[in-house]
Amino acid sequence: MLHLTIDEQSIEVHEGRTLLEACRENGIHVPTLCYHPALEPYGACRLCTVEVGAQGRRPRLVASCVYPCEEGAQVRTDTPLVQRSRRVTAELLLAGSSASPEIAALARELGVTEVRFRLPEENACVLCGLCVRACNEIVGVSAISVIRRGIAKKVATPFEVQSSRCIGCGTCVLICPTGAFNFENVTGFQYVSPSESAYKLGYYRLGSELDLRPNYVQDVTALLQNPEDRQAANE
Amino acid sequence: MNRCQSIAEFTGWQTELKAAWDDTAPALRVCDGTGCRALGSQKVLAALREEIAKRKQDTHIEVVGTGCPGFCECGPLITVLPQRISYQKVKTSDVPEIVEQTLMQGTTVERLLYTDPQTGEHIRLEPDLPFYQKQKRLVLDLNGKIDPTRLEDYVALGGYSSLARVLGAFSPDQVIAEVRNSGLRGRGGAGFSTGTKWQLCRDNASKSGAGYVVCNADEGDPGAFMDRSVMEGNPHSVIEGMVIGAFAMGIHQGFVYIRAEYPLAVENLRIALRQAEAAGLLGRDILGTGFDFSLSVRLGAGAFVCGEETALMASIEGRIGEPHPRPPYPAEAGLWGKPTNINNVKTWAAVPLIISHGADWYSGIGTEKSKGTLIFSVVGKINNTGLVEVPMGVSLRQLIFDIGGGIPKGKAFKAAQIGGPSGGCLPAEHLDVPMDYESLASLGAIVGSGGLVVADEDTCMVDFARYFMNFTQEESCGKCVPCRIGTKAMLATLERICAGNGLPGDIEYLQELAEVVHNSALCGLGQTAPNPVLTTIRYFRDEYEAHIIEKKCPAKVCKGLITYSIIPQNCNGCMVCLRECTSNAITGAKQELHHINEELCTRCGVCREVCKFDAVAVN
Repeated sequence: MLHLTIDEQSIEVHEGRTLLEACRENGIHVPTLCYHPALEPYGACRLCTVEVGAQGRRPRLVASCVYPCEEGAQVRTDTPLVQRSRRVTAELLLAGSSASPEIAALARELGVTEVRFRLPEENACVLCGLCVRACNEIVGVSAISVIRRGIAKKVATPFEVQSSRCIGCGTCVLICPTGAFNFENVTGFQYVSPSESAYKLGYYRLGSELDLRPNYVQDVTALLQNPEDRQAANE
Repeated sequence: MNRCQSIAEFTGWQTELKAAWDDTAPALRVCDGTGCRALGSQKVLAALREEIAKRKQDTHIEVVGTGCPGFCECGPLITVLPQRISYQKVKTSDVPEIVEQTLMQGTTVERLLYTDPQTGEHIRLEPDLPFYQKQKRLVLDLNGKIDPTRLEDYVALGGYSSLARVLGAFSPDQVIAEVRNSGLRGRGGAGFSTGTKWQLCRDNASKSGAGYVVCNADEGDPGAFMDRSVMEGNPHSVIEGMVIGAFAMGIHQGFVYIRAEYPLAVENLRIALRQAEAAGLLGRDILGTGFDFSLSVRLGAGAFVCGEETALMASIEGRIGEPHPRPPYPAEAGLWGKPTNINNVKTWAAVPLIISHGADWYSGIGTEKSKGTLIFSVVGKINNTGLVEVPMGVSLRQLIFDIGGGIPKGKAFKAAQIGGPSGGCLPAEHLDVPMDYESLASLGAIVGSGGLVVADEDTCMVDFARYFMNFTQEESCGKCVPCRIGTKAMLATLERICAGNGLPGDIEYLQELAEVVHNSALCGLGQTAPNPVLTTIRYFRDEYEAHIIEKKCPAKVCKGLITYSIIPQNCNGCMVCLRECTSNAITGAKQELHHINEELCTRCGVCREVCKFDAVAVN
């Protein structure tokens, strides 16, 4: 067991835990966007930053989702530096995703009152990488990835053509935290293939056993139907 | 070349080569580095060989293409042996004269010599050039002396003797102790103790039973080319350093990660790898000692972020060149999860020198905490553009004025951006700062990889910061939010200020963004990206304020804030500017006062450059 202090609370955790896990196990709220308990942490959204100090070292910001607990660590989740960092990061997310209700709510929670910079194009995809990681780690097919770099980065299949690896399971859609994943545009599939056990694997691991909020997939049953059935249902 | 089966066999071969190396024979050394090649050195080389062949000399005169000796400003460079006469800016048309006068008659072609700008005197010999005199050339020493494609040249001048010594007489711990005691710190920028890093990796590699060593040759800073020059001009020094390091860490496989945009460096490195392997200095059973080390090349595809060590490893593994969070550090879990030691080109190249001269010798160079020499590529508004190797602790002033020859056209020095886009800029008031890790860090700059970009009085510091921010923003991999969007927001703010649309509060907004990007970005690229902005605000806040409040660009650079006009007293109506204007913004007739139409003018400045009568004003 490791012993550390989080917000002046003495905490004991198992070795190998991340700071975020330690916080959540002890009821300390830390906002996240790119984190999902079913997946390897990624450290991209930087909303889960906390301040870590240790003996003889200057406190610094780390992403708690990827930072391991260390014996004797002094962790603060609420300093002005942490708050400023999270607030400005949320404001930056709003620069391109202000139409996303989830991002807007997150930014409100973190105290963003104005957006001083706007990207030319609105896009609800915040490149959290959950879809890519779920496709790789849960489904095991790696049909999608991120392509390009910087502001042009986006989620796509290789060479942006329909991937022969994609089995149409829809896990990417299920896990997207902002409902940005356009299944048809990205994968080229028009509907989720219901016969695939992988879909069930993804759905159950993400949706039922763990707390994935399936409300982002407005109509899971619609995804499961083939086009003829859907058309019939609509009529 | 035979494969050396033992250390004794190698030593014997080296003794033969040393004896055969003749510095007193007439020969020509022509810089064949990328810089001089761009200036036509290959044509000069060919012309020299042809001219010499034509004359059918009794004595053989060798013409050698060497690596870059560093004085890039004056290339193509030729050194005539044995006197070491230095000819500069040589063109193919100069070749017959050089051969006839210098090689045949033993006289000097005066007009090809370096002219001291202060005294106006010609300087004949290479060692007397002020550019070289104040340097301490250790890592760069053999650049310009040897043909990088000939292993024999390197061996004749002592190459691979450190490796032979280590394999014959050192335990791995002794090697690490030697490197640690030398005080060598990572030359990639972070300045971590090389010996300590090796020890960590050795401990982990022995536990996990495998590991890798990597040479980071993914040099990508604007204006930095020292790693390229070492790889081009002396690739064996890097290979030797890596074999020694691998032996010290008990590792048997290594990679050189080098960018594909460095074709000559890649070519020379590949040649050197083949030669070293053929000579028994690399590969299986090195020099018959039973130590195996294989080394291969991995090409980068031109992403600056791949110089960051975790992104570099991802790229070697064939994954997307994105950084991942540390810990775990490469020394714990690097390539394919194994302990990995990554050092910069210059760090590896310094290792054989430390072994051959001893740790005490190396730690005697430099300052208390920063040992050895640093290589800077000095570029921008400076007379002697080139590569400079100096002991740690030399002042910025000595670097820029004594070695760099000062600022062109007698302009005033304004600032130097030190450490590339991750570094900071220092103003004239800090010209006397000693160039070492701690002193530079205390002022907001870094040693970094050693890029040094000089700005003069005509440089706008807001525009300067905008340039570097544009670079890092374009090179951001986009994985984390603060770097992907934060650098874009900072760039947009700087662009707005430069365009004359700066708002009150923009400086504070930049500082706020800089703090967050610096503290919370995932990797070093993002964390250091705000440095040029922060240091220009720190030292040149008045320029930012002039742009934002007075809507003026004091250096008269930012196009949104300047206008060109004709000074009536000076204009004689010669029509030169009118003809040269690319946007037809100038009207007038012969011997009549010209006029610049502000609406059409693109502020390119051509009219001002071509006017012989100082009749174009910029405000």
